[in-house]
Amino acid sequence: MFSGFSLFPTQASTLAPEVDNLYLGVILITGFFAVVVVVCVTYFAIKYRDRTGERIGAPITGSVPLELGWSLIPFFIAIGIFVWASIVFFHIVRAPDQTLEIYSTGKRWMWRFQHIDGQREINELHVPVGRPVRVVFTSEDVLHDLFIPAFRVKADAVPGRYSAIWFEPTRIGEYHLFCAEYCGTRHSGMIGTVYVMAAADYQAWASGGGATEGGTLAQRGEALFTQLACVTCHLPDGSGRGPSLLGLYGSQVTLDSGEVVTADESYLRESILMSQAKTVKGYEHVMPTFQGLVNEEGVASLIEYIKSLQAAGNRVASAQ
Amino acid sequence: METIVVEEPTTYINHQHTVASWLLTYDHKRIGILYLIVVTFAFFLGGLFATLIRLELATPAGDLFSADVYNRMFTMHGVTMVFFVLVPAVPAVLGNFAMPLMIGAKDVAFPKLNLLSWYVFTIGFIFTVASMVLGGVDTGWTFYTPYSTQGSESNVLLTGIGVFITGFSSILTGVNFMVTIHRMRAPGMTWFRLPLFIWALYSTALVMVLGTPVIAITLLMLVLERGLHLGIFDPRLGGDPVLFQHLFWFYSHPAVYIMILPPMGVISEVIACFSRKNVFGYSFVAFSSLAIAVFGFLVWAHHLFVAGISPYSALIFSFLSFAVAIPSAVKTFNWTATLYEGAIWWKTPMFFVFGFLGLFLIGGLTGLFLASLGLDVHLTDTYFVVAHFHYIMVGGAIMGYFAGLHYWWPKMTGRMYNDTLGKFAALLIFVGFNLTFGPQFILGYLGMPRRYHVYPPEFQVLNVLSSAGASILAVGYVLPALYFLYSLKFGAKAGANPWKATGLEWTTQSPPLPENFRTTPVVTEGAYAYSKREMRVA
Repeated sequence: MFSGFSLFPTQASTLAPEVDNLYLGVILITGFFAVVVVVCVTYFAIKYRDRTGERIGAPITGSVPLELGWSLIPFFIAIGIFVWASIVFFHIVRAPDQTLEIYSTGKRWMWRFQHIDGQREINELHVPVGRPVRVVFTSEDVLHDLFIPAFRVKADAVPGRYSAIWFEPTRIGEYHLFCAEYCGTRHSGMIGTVYVMAAADYQAWASGGGATEGGTLAQRGEALFTQLACVTCHLPDGSGRGPSLLGLYGSQVTLDSGEVVTADESYLRESILMSQAKTVKGYEHVMPTFQGLVNEEGVASLIEYIKSLQAAGNRVASAQ
Repeated sequence: METIVVEEPTTYINHQHTVASWLLTYDHKRIGILYLIVVTFAFFLGGLFATLIRLELATPAGDLFSADVYNRMFTMHGVTMVFFVLVPAVPAVLGNFAMPLMIGAKDVAFPKLNLLSWYVFTIGFIFTVASMVLGGVDTGWTFYTPYSTQGSESNVLLTGIGVFITGFSSILTGVNFMVTIHRMRAPGMTWFRLPLFIWALYSTALVMVLGTPVIAITLLMLVLERGLHLGIFDPRLGGDPVLFQHLFWFYSHPAVYIMILPPMGVISEVIACFSRKNVFGYSFVAFSSLAIAVFGFLVWAHHLFVAGISPYSALIFSFLSFAVAIPSAVKTFNWTATLYEGAIWWKTPMFFVFGFLGLFLIGGLTGLFLASLGLDVHLTDTYFVVAHFHYIMVGGAIMGYFAGLHYWWPKMTGRMYNDTLGKFAALLIFVGFNLTFGPQFILGYLGMPRRYHVYPPEFQVLNVLSSAGASILAVGYVLPALYFLYSLKFGAKAGANPWKATGLEWTTQSPPLPENFRTTPVVTEGAYAYSKREMRVA
C-alpha cells in the first residue's frame, strides 16, 4: 500500500493539487534565483582567479540602481508568492458548509475518533470519498498534531481548545496519519491509517457492526445531558436557570459583558468545562464546572447533541 | 661553537604561562581562546549525538536505541548545538578575539565583565552537561509546554537552569560589544570605515541584549510552572500552552539571527580579502544587518501557523517573514557582485565562503517555502523544516564560522595550517552536507514528521542517503581539528599578514602583542582599500 519510491506523496484530497502546484511554482521561482547566483559565483570564481595572490581587484564599490533592482524585484516576487500561498491557506483553513463532522481526541499515544453515527475507532479513520469531512479535535494531555500527508492538512491538538482540519478525499485508498507534534516516548508510534471508502461502503461501515450499541453520538450526548442533570436548568423554552439550548449552535450569543460571540464548538466546550469563563447576558452565573466529570469524548457527544437541538429548533421556527 | 639564541617576540600567548594566567585573564584574545575550547568541546559532543541519531535512522525500526534514549539524543543534540555552539561560536570566539584588534582597541570596554561572561557560559554548560550525565532531557530543544511542565520525566529543571544561566553570558557579551564598538574605536575609525564584521557583531549585540532576557524569563516561568504548578501554561488552571510558544520564539527566532549575522560578517571580511576588492555595496550590506536584527523580532509567530493562532495574524507574520528575507537576499547579491572583476585567490577560507554561499542560498530560499502559508501547513513539523534550518545554521553559520576560523587562525596562533587539507575539508563538508540534508527536503514533502524514532519503511532510501552523507560530514569536521592541532607545533610561521589583507588586525604581529598594538593605530581609509594600496605600491 505504501510501497514504491516517489518525490511526491499521493494526491488524495481536493487540496493536494493546489498545494502541489504552489510547491512547484515556488520551486521554479526560487530555483531560478539559485541558478543565477550559483552560475555567477562559479563563473566569477574561475574567470577572475588569481593564482599569485598578488593582484588587486577592480576598484568597484557598488551601484545604487543595482541595489534597488535586486531589492525591489525580489520583494515584488515575494509578495506574489505571499498572495498565492495565502489564498491556498484560506482554502485549507476555511471548511465549506455541510461537512461530515468527526470528533477526535489525541492522547499519548493514540488517536481516538468518534463518528456521529456512533462508530468509534482508534488510530484508524474511515471517511467517504467525494464528501467534505471536518475533524474537530483536542488533546487530553500534551500537544499533538493531526497530520495526513496525502491530504496536505495538519493542525496541532492543543489541550483546552478545539482545532479542526477539513478535507475532501478524492481517491479511495489507505493513507498515513501521523502525530506531527513531539509528544514524548512513543511519539513516532502515534500513527494510524486513513481509509477512504466509496460512499456506500462508508455508509455500511458507519451504521454497521456492534460498535454503535450506545446509539448515535447525539443520542449518547442526550443520555449524558440527562445523567449530568443539565436538563434541569437548560429547559427548552428558556424558563430555566440556564438559557435554552435550542438553536444555540452557530448563533450569536450576547454575554453579560456585552461582548457577542459565536456559539461554535470551542464556545460550547469552554462553557461545559469552564463555565465561569463566559456568562450569557440576563442569566446568573450559577453553572458549576464539569471539568473532571466528563471526558473529551463525553464533551464531543454533548456538543453533537446540542447541534441536533439546533436542527429541532430550526424545525420549530419553520413550523411557526 | 656558539649557539645563536633567537628570542621569541612577546605575544599574548607566551608572556605568561600558568594555567591561572589563562583562567584569570582579562585579555580578550585569551578569553576568545577559552571560548574556543569550550565551544569546540560542545561541537563534538553535539556532533556525537547527531552521529548516533543518523545511525539509528539508517533503518526504519528502532533497533539501536530505545525510544526514550533516542528522544534524549535529539534533544541534547539541539540544546548543545544551539545554545553552546551556534550562539557563541562566531561572536564569543572570533568576535572576542578579532573585534578589538579590528577597531584598533587594546581590549573590550569591560575586560572583567568579559571574563565573567565566559565563566557564566561555562557554568551554564556544566549544568547542562550534568543534566545529560544524570539521565538527559527529552523535551526537544524547544521545551514546549505542557510536555515539558507535566509530561516529561527527564531533567527539564537542570537543563532549563543551565540554559537560563548561559543566557546571561550572551547579554553581558552583547553589552560589552556595543559599548566597545561605540567607545573604543581608534582615531579615524568612523562608523562607515568599520569592517562589516563589526557591523554584524553590533547588530547581533542588539539582538542579544533585547532578546535574551525574554528567553530567560520564559525558562524561569517554565521552571516555576514545573516546580510549583503555577498554571501559566496549563489550560485546566486558565493558562495557555501556546503562550509558551509565543514567548519561546520571541527570543528563539531572533536567536537565529544571533547565529547567522556574525557568520555573514565573516563572509564579508573573507570575500573582500580574497577578491582583493571592496565589498560591493558596503552600506547596503551594513544596513541589511541592522534591518535583519530589527525585522527579526517581528516574525516569531511563523513557527505557530498550525498551532492554533488566528489565520489573520498568520497572514501578517507570513508577510513579515517574506520581508525579512529581502535583506538576506541583498547580502547574497552583494557578495556575488563583489567577486566580479576581483582577483580571486583560492585559499582555504575562500573555499569555505564558496560553501557558505551555496548552502546559505538553499537555506534561505527554502525559508520562503515555509513562510508561504499554504505550504507551511503541509511542511511544518516535517523533515523539510529540519533540512531548512540545518542549511541555515550549519550550512550557513558553521560554514561561516569555519571560514573565519581559517581566516584568523594564523593571527590567533602565528602558524599556518595545510592549505590543501583545508580546501579538502571544505569540499568534504560541502558534499557531505548536501548529501545529509538534501534528501531531507524530499522526505519532508513526502510527509515524514520530525523527531521520529521509527518511521514507515518507504522513507528508508532517503534516510540511508542522509546517514551516508552524515558520515562524510563527520570526517569533514574532524579533519580541521587535526590539521589545526598539527599546525600549532609544525605549521609554518604565519607572519603578520599572510593573506595580504587590509584591516588593523593584520598590521600587528601574529600572534598579537598582549596589548595588541605598540602605538594606537590611526585610520585614514575605508575597510577594504585594496585598490588604494596598489596605488601606494605603484
